[in-house]
Amino acid sequence: MSLWVDKYRPKSLDSIDYHFNISKRLKSLASSGDFPHLLVYGPSGAGKKTRILATLQELYGPGVNRMKIDVRTFKTPSNRKIEFNIVSSPYHIEITPSDLGNNDRIIIQDLLKEIGQTEQIDFQTGKHRFKIVIINEADSLSRDAQAALRRTMEKYSTNIRLILISNSTSNIIPPIKSRTLLIRVPLPTVNEIVGVLSKIAEKEDIRLPSNEDEKSSILAKIAEHSDRNLRKTILSFEALAMTNDSISSACKLVELDWEKVIADLSKQVVKDRSVKNLSQSRSVLYELLSHCIPAKIILKELTFNLLCDPRVTDPMKYDIVDASSLFDERLSLGSKDIFHLEGFLARSMVIMESKK
Amino acid sequence: MSMASFFNQRAPKKASSKDDGDRKARMPWVEKYRPKNLDDVSSQSHAVTVLKKSLHTSNLPHMLFYGPPGTGKTSTILALAKQLYGPELYKTRVLELNASDERGISIVREKVKNFARLTVSNPSKEDLAKYPCPPYKIIILDEADSMTNDAQSALRRTMETYSGVTRFCLICNYITRIIDPLASRCSKFRFKPLDNTDALTRLTYVANEEKVQYEDGVLEKILDISHGDLRKAITFLQSATKLHGVAEVDADGDISIDEQGGNNHESSKITVTSVQEIAGIVSDSTLDEIVTAARTHDFQVMFKLSKKLAAEGWSATQMLDQLHDKLILDDSLTGTQKIHISFALNETDDKLSNGTDEQIQFLNFLSKLSQVL
Repeated sequence: MSLWVDKYRPKSLDSIDYHFNISKRLKSLASSGDFPHLLVYGPSGAGKKTRILATLQELYGPGVNRMKIDVRTFKTPSNRKIEFNIVSSPYHIEITPSDLGNNDRIIIQDLLKEIGQTEQIDFQTGKHRFKIVIINEADSLSRDAQAALRRTMEKYSTNIRLILISNSTSNIIPPIKSRTLLIRVPLPTVNEIVGVLSKIAEKEDIRLPSNEDEKSSILAKIAEHSDRNLRKTILSFEALAMTNDSISSACKLVELDWEKVIADLSKQVVKDRSVKNLSQSRSVLYELLSHCIPAKIILKELTFNLLCDPRVTDPMKYDIVDASSLFDERLSLGSKDIFHLEGFLARSMVIMESKK
Repeated sequence: MSMASFFNQRAPKKASSKDDGDRKARMPWVEKYRPKNLDDVSSQSHAVTVLKKSLHTSNLPHMLFYGPPGTGKTSTILALAKQLYGPELYKTRVLELNASDERGISIVREKVKNFARLTVSNPSKEDLAKYPCPPYKIIILDEADSMTNDAQSALRRTMETYSGVTRFCLICNYITRIIDPLASRCSKFRFKPLDNTDALTRLTYVANEEKVQYEDGVLEKILDISHGDLRKAITFLQSATKLHGVAEVDADGDISIDEQGGNNHESSKITVTSVQEIAGIVSDSTLDEIVTAARTHDFQVMFKLSKKLAAEGWSATQMLDQLHDKLILDDSLTGTQKIHISFALNETDDKLSNGTDEQIQFLNFLSKLSQVL
């Protein structure tokens, strides 16, 4: 049995429940027989990937679902061999070049060129002579890799079409942006999520409160709790349904333990601003890091928790945000996460102490 | 896909004779309307006049083209090379390397040097009659600013030693990233952003060739968005056309519009709003909302707004870019305020380009902005 997220993932553009405008545009692009390079951006859990896969289905028919995973080896200029996973169907391939860190340029240069130089032969429909290449996490592509994309996108445009997926366009260099059609996918609204959840509940025979108002208010609560991230919402909805026989407003939402740890940490920092507390929080931070919570997420959660704390006054908030933005930058430039997280805590304590 | 729609698709193509036309229809317009000769190059009169002389005298220096994207640098050199050699000789006389090719120091030492070293072949009689065919080869190093310093240094001597048989053309966006010894060996051509009249002429030409239907003011809007980047403008035009052309046909469920390849846009006109949407431009009302939130000096309001904007998926750099235009030109702000705003914009942009979290950085900018206002 698969997770609901996968089970109820819409397969075609028509069955996607929200942002009909985007679906319509993608559909008309797909049916025109021609297709520009796309850059699809939006927060995670908004349905970027689902839309892309549905578009491919629209373009090529069910053949795109015959996917397989290949491992290819590439040689770096310094003759080191690297392995790389490729998900492909007869019509498209999907890569995540940022897996390779600084070597992502080689994939772009070698793999894309190789695909670009061979023409697609399709006797059945003869309609689409190009292959689609989906590049995940395009915003973490290195500058070199993006520069390598530039001419490739133009030169081989008869044989390949690129679909770049990213969370934001900030880290995409302007030449790439000017060569692609930008598609923004916002998060679904709470009402839209409620609609999706009720549909799932109906199919899964979940017992929900019979009162319409109560039902939608509880579903809305789940959606709000997961920050309108649809994937997260469905996952937590499923968890809730598994742990409770019937869902009512009395049910406690499943809280992620790491979020709770961070919330506690932030409370502790506001309450007790001392060196002793700082050294205690170090062990908490280490605990979080060793559970593979990315440092950037810890920082973000911490900041937001601090900002929402009623004991923190407005002048403090300005300085805390400033500190957070500074340490956020240091996190991305530096390599030892714990330094910067601790630095941020210490700085926040100083800010709160001085503006008391 | 249902069975019916499967059969609705076009029958397999019959002959390959249609292939060329088909390929052309599928080409991005940027490639399709790349200038074929120097006269077609828009705006860059200075560079074009100098280069045209080389057509007659067949005397060409090493060249360094620099300027912002979409101003015609690559187009100019490709057009020149085509006019110098003609399609046949072009294949053997021109080596084009760009950032998609491996261009480390080893390639400069081997591939570039080997090509530079070759003596020039004799042109055929037909080519000689039609084209100048000067006795040297051209190596085009596109996007040269992404070459490493080592690779650039390796070029230095190569450029001089084989100058008898080879000319180099370096193309880059930022001249500061080209090492001085290389820059001093080339005659430099600056490509300035296209002025609006020239760009408009070209864009109108493309639009007419493709029989695009558009509302008044759309082309001007496209140019406005693209800030003198003609490639961007043409790409926008094509994207808009594609989105609009098929929307109508989509309604009656008929897929047969594909018959003419790219010419399927008789249906509806392109509007200003759709152009804005395609370009990912933040709407004016959203910008107003941001400024209003900053003016309230209420932290919770700003916090909520930053959350909302992140959920909408707007890119922070795009918002900063547009806020910059809006705030710096706002006459109700004092000079000092504008200085502080510029500083905050600069700082946030710098941090964003280091790959930081958008929401935190934008919230920080908002808080800075509200402190200034």
